Amino acid sequence: MTREIAVVAFAQTDHRRTSDELSEVELLMPVLHQVLDRTGLKSADIGFTCSGSSDYLAGRAFSFTLALDGVGAWPPLSESHVEMDGAWALYEAWTKLLTGEADTALVYAYGKSSPGSLRDVLTRQLDPYYVAPLWPDSVTLAALQAQALIDAGHTDEPALAAVAARSRADAETNSHAQLRGSVPHGDYLVRPLRTGDCPPIGDGAAAVVLAAGDRARQLCARPAWIRGIDHRIEAHSLGVRDLTDSPSTRLAAQRTGAFERPVELAELHAPFTSQEVVLRRALRLGDDVRVNPSGGALAANPMMAAGLIRVGEAAAAVHRGDCDRALAHATSGPCLQQNLVAVLEGDPR
Amino acid sequence: MPHVLKAPLTVEFPFTRSLGPVQSAFLTGLRERVVLGVRATDGRVLVPPAEYDPVTAEEIRDLVEVAATGTVTTWAWNHDPRRGQPLDTPFAWVLVRLDGADTALLHALDVPGPDAVRTGLRVRVRWAAERTGAVTDIACFEPYDGAPDRPGESQGAFADPVRGIVAPARLDYTYSPGRAQTAYLDALTARRIVGERCPSCRKVYVPPRGACPTCGVATAEQVEVGPRGTVTTFCIVNIKAKNLDIEVPYVYAHIALDGADLALHARIGGIPYDQVRMGLRVEPVWTEGARYPEHYRPTGEPDADYDTYKELL
Repeated sequence: MTREIAVVAFAQTDHRRTSDELSEVELLMPVLHQVLDRTGLKSADIGFTCSGSSDYLAGRAFSFTLALDGVGAWPPLSESHVEMDGAWALYEAWTKLLTGEADTALVYAYGKSSPGSLRDVLTRQLDPYYVAPLWPDSVTLAALQAQALIDAGHTDEPALAAVAARSRADAETNSHAQLRGSVPHGDYLVRPLRTGDCPPIGDGAAAVVLAAGDRARQLCARPAWIRGIDHRIEAHSLGVRDLTDSPSTRLAAQRTGAFERPVELAELHAPFTSQEVVLRRALRLGDDVRVNPSGGALAANPMMAAGLIRVGEAAAAVHRGDCDRALAHATSGPCLQQNLVAVLEGDPR
Repeated sequence: MPHVLKAPLTVEFPFTRSLGPVQSAFLTGLRERVVLGVRATDGRVLVPPAEYDPVTAEEIRDLVEVAATGTVTTWAWNHDPRRGQPLDTPFAWVLVRLDGADTALLHALDVPGPDAVRTGLRVRVRWAAERTGAVTDIACFEPYDGAPDRPGESQGAFADPVRGIVAPARLDYTYSPGRAQTAYLDALTARRIVGERCPSCRKVYVPPRGACPTCGVATAEQVEVGPRGTVTTFCIVNIKAKNLDIEVPYVYAHIALDGADLALHARIGGIPYDQVRMGLRVEPVWTEGARYPEHYRPTGEPDADYDTYKELL
């Protein structure tokens, strides 16, 4: 790798259960303006633009093209889109910057879950031959994983409740979070998961700016350098996988160099409490690592943006000087099917 | 919260999917009450069967029959079944490793309550009464305390194999177009057409979407445009659309409404199709109860000068 690339700015919306009054572009645009303002860049200055979103949330084809209105696509810009979490759009932007074809990139992601029934909408990403015809919803699939973890002795229901309580207590200091403070752990939604073990359903957006080398130093007092980033996928069939483990996360982490030196902070995209248990083990995170000081996805889980927000929160901690080496993780698909890991570092102080 | 429109939006589609040889054999087998797995390159038997080895990515086709009995490897209790799920009474979701298989199949288990299910529970397939060659030919699983079934020796050759499935998908949404488009639709009910002016480039966009696509900034200033406008470009439609009661040929045109900086599109009527031209001045025709102009017709004014609309082509 010859170019150093950093996250130089991050912005996110306040995440809310509904945002009826806003179209997707209206939801997204303030975040785009904020992230550009933080760098002093205008959209015409950006070398590459990449976004993550999903038509299934909106129930309309090519919905992402309307969101481009918020970027200002004139004069014509170099743009791409992933039908996935924005963390994968960030990966694409990172590779684009590595090629040297661009020095800066704008990455954004948004999701409005409020128009549909999210648990049902997410069934449409499952294997269409053997699984989707049964309509197993997203909470169900996470619950199967949680029970497997309990059976394996890796956790129990009180431990899961403690993950939920810690996350939402940490979110007290995150003004963007949807669920903050003391939240009742609630009844079973799909046993063994209670409402408290599950993420809030909400609408939100996020954006980051990436820059390479000296450009990053011009745009940010303390760039969050991406020391490694990698993503891996596992077999789509749940019955082939060991649901208590996440070998794809571990492999991605290994390829990023995450295990070479300890990290101080980890932003894990674990929408369900049980998934934090899996990820902590896969990433070998010790008790001294601060996990999800933002509250994580249990405090706000805007679909397609929550993974990018993990990268953004980790980078922002480096920007602020709260830490020197942070890990960010994003996931997509049922039961942690796809996993992305990035290691971010600030310059030595 | 500002006033916004909302309406139900149902997206429904019967996805027609063709099957590969392994999927075809598996689903045809279910129709015949036979469960087939496929042998992977490491010797494991995968059920449900994959067409490519999950480790080596090699194509695999060595089908082997497994039992209709098996063991629960993990479960989740679903007290509130949702539309489309296998049972409409509370049930357990289970991953079941069938006897003879090395991987697990997702399905439903019919038991009275969560106390009746545990990892390690022995179960067997309950076949659907009518089977078509789909994963739902397994109605569900049920507890079973007998000996493992002895599978037959099918290798997946069946008369009249299933070649495809039709998977209906339906999702229900409540669509809200947001503030800017709500204002546009509200104005239409009063037979007015409003756009929004960009605070930066001053262009008026119609229909407005709340953002200037050129400048990437929010728009808010409403501007009434039209009702008259100019045909900037057009095409002649010669193919009759299904369920559309318009005689062909007809003209579909881009129309720059007076005061707008973006052309919208609509049908041109009230003039023979071969007399429509660039620069033709038109006005909307509303029909009783319509929510938007039925078509646009000539106003009778002289044609607009090319220079007045050339930026809007």
